[in-house]
Amino acid sequence: MSKAFFSSAALALVAAGWMSTAGAQDAVEQRGKEVFDYWCEACHGDGPGRPGTAALEVLYNGEKPALIEERDDLLPELTRAFVRDGVSVMPFFRKTEISDEDLDALAAYLAP
Amino acid sequence: MAVPPGVSESDFERALGEFENAVGAQWVFTSDEDVDLYRDAYSIYKGEPEDRVVSAAVAPYTVEEVQAVVRTANRYRIPIYPISTGKNLGYGGSAPNLSGSVVLDLKRMNRILEVNERNATVLVEPGVSYFDLYRHFQEQGHKLWIDVPDPGWGSLIGNAVDHGGGYTQPQFRNHFDAHCGMEVVLPDGELLRTGMGALPGSGSWQEYKFGIGPWIDGLFSQSNYGIVTKMGFWLMPEPDAYLSGTVSVPKNDDLIPLVDILNFLENSGVVNGMPQLGSMVSGFLGSEPALRELLDSGASTAEFEEYAAQAGRGYWNCTLKFYGPEKAIAANWEYAQEKFSAIPGATFAAGDSYKFPLSADQIEEIGRRLEDGSSNSALPDFGVPNLAAFSTGARTPANPIPSAGHVWFSPIIPRSGEAILEANRVFAEAAGDLGLPVAAAGFSLPATYWNRSFMYLFGFPVSENAEDNRRTRTAFERLVEVAAEHGWGEYRTAPAFQDAVAGTYSFNDHALTRFHERLKDAIDPNGIVAAGRYGIWPSHMRGV
Repeated sequence: MSKAFFSSAALALVAAGWMSTAGAQDAVEQRGKEVFDYWCEACHGDGPGRPGTAALEVLYNGEKPALIEERDDLLPELTRAFVRDGVSVMPFFRKTEISDEDLDALAAYLAP
Repeated sequence: MAVPPGVSESDFERALGEFENAVGAQWVFTSDEDVDLYRDAYSIYKGEPEDRVVSAAVAPYTVEEVQAVVRTANRYRIPIYPISTGKNLGYGGSAPNLSGSVVLDLKRMNRILEVNERNATVLVEPGVSYFDLYRHFQEQGHKLWIDVPDPGWGSLIGNAVDHGGGYTQPQFRNHFDAHCGMEVVLPDGELLRTGMGALPGSGSWQEYKFGIGPWIDGLFSQSNYGIVTKMGFWLMPEPDAYLSGTVSVPKNDDLIPLVDILNFLENSGVVNGMPQLGSMVSGFLGSEPALRELLDSGASTAEFEEYAAQAGRGYWNCTLKFYGPEKAIAANWEYAQEKFSAIPGATFAAGDSYKFPLSADQIEEIGRRLEDGSSNSALPDFGVPNLAAFSTGARTPANPIPSAGHVWFSPIIPRSGEAILEANRVFAEAAGDLGLPVAAAGFSLPATYWNRSFMYLFGFPVSENAEDNRRTRTAFERLVEVAAEHGWGEYRTAPAFQDAVAGTYSFNDHALTRFHERLKDAIDPNGIVAAGRYGIWPSHMRGV
């Protein structure tokens, strides 16, 4: 009985630990989504008048999704490089705009 | 770590320490990686030694912190360069005129301080973008429109003080004209409020511009006499409805009465949206090879008029836009048609009609119809910020190799058909001399942001290739000269060209520049704020 109790308690503790890691990850990705909506959506979202999506449509010609939220190959370092280096007419972003922490969250949100 | 010009390393170290005390160490950026982000992303000197770089950046959160930073800068003679959101792309971005300056990055000061829906005014800080204010209005349900420029991520304050413009009614399109009241940190750190803001306890800071005495707000636009930390704006109450309609005229010379009647209607307040001039080639060059051949063959005006007649469209056209009560704007459109009917052969086509507020589906529809060419109403016509204009130079089917940015050549010309025809002749000739491509010689039309003048907007692509950029700079500077020879001058330009452009405003041996310099010496004797902005250099840097 007592053994079983301890086993259950241990399992519960393990589960709580897993939950809290998963919760933290969810929170990061939620923040990443907020960063995306605030900074990226106007160019890279779905719908007309979004030059980033339009440009990627031409670049990938159907081989990859033009919507970066639908990509399954955006490694975090790639997202960080585009945000801090810019590309073509997309400017780079300062840390007062997208902090390193927010960039990590964005990269996690867009990561496969 | 770079050190600002004329500053010793030890003084710079001490100043950085004081900056950190003022704003917090995490908001003072000195690493190469961090300060690199303050370059102009669209620099026409990209990768060249002349590219403007910064030595550090400081990001205050409050007015008091701005004052502290400015006092330190004064103590150590540190050149500082304020930016608001730093998104003035095409006109310099976040980079200073003087390489090695410390950027004062005001993006963190992003508070919407007051919204007065009853009198349609707002008071904001420099870091507030058009997107920010729009989202705030949406969340709070305010029935107020913002006059937005092309880049929705721009700052209301930054755009206004650089003389930016938008797309709704004329009293709002000129963003500096639409402001009411400023708070400014002067170069010695003193805090100033203009207009009614100078009267303690006034409830009308955002309601009456002038207060008493000289109105000095203009001194803080396109200048370096202070750092604007608050600014009020007049807004447009959401109208009942919108209507557009297009008038077309058959002959080349009809452009002259077309503009005259347009001017009458705008100056009378009958047409209260931003008109859009078009021509027989607008939107058809890609789909009509015969038209391209006609242009390439140097066809006569009569041949173009014949082509337009055969194609069943006007030689010139103008889309008119109206805001207001549904019945009133329908009557105004009818009255406008009566006036334009004085031009023989004028024809009319009804355009778009919307009632407000717009639904999300309607907003999407407006974007889609603009893209497919079935409408020329755009989201900024409805005060909706977006970034669609960044398709300029971006990768598209017609532009498979994107540019690395752009700079705008944007001269003001008189508001007449004669001026448009002359500008077409002059700029086509200059472009020919400079080997620049001209999409449709004779059919270039200006923008109508300002209701008493026209303004051309010619975008020059920025390249990753220094030689291409060198050629662009040479061409740009030559066009500035050519324009000035005809009495046309830029309304705004990137730091790379500000000395050249300011030099063309040369009446009476550059009396205006000399006056600006006298003010600079009096207000900022150490020359610490934005040295060189719009050609205004502190005394120790003049002629260097």
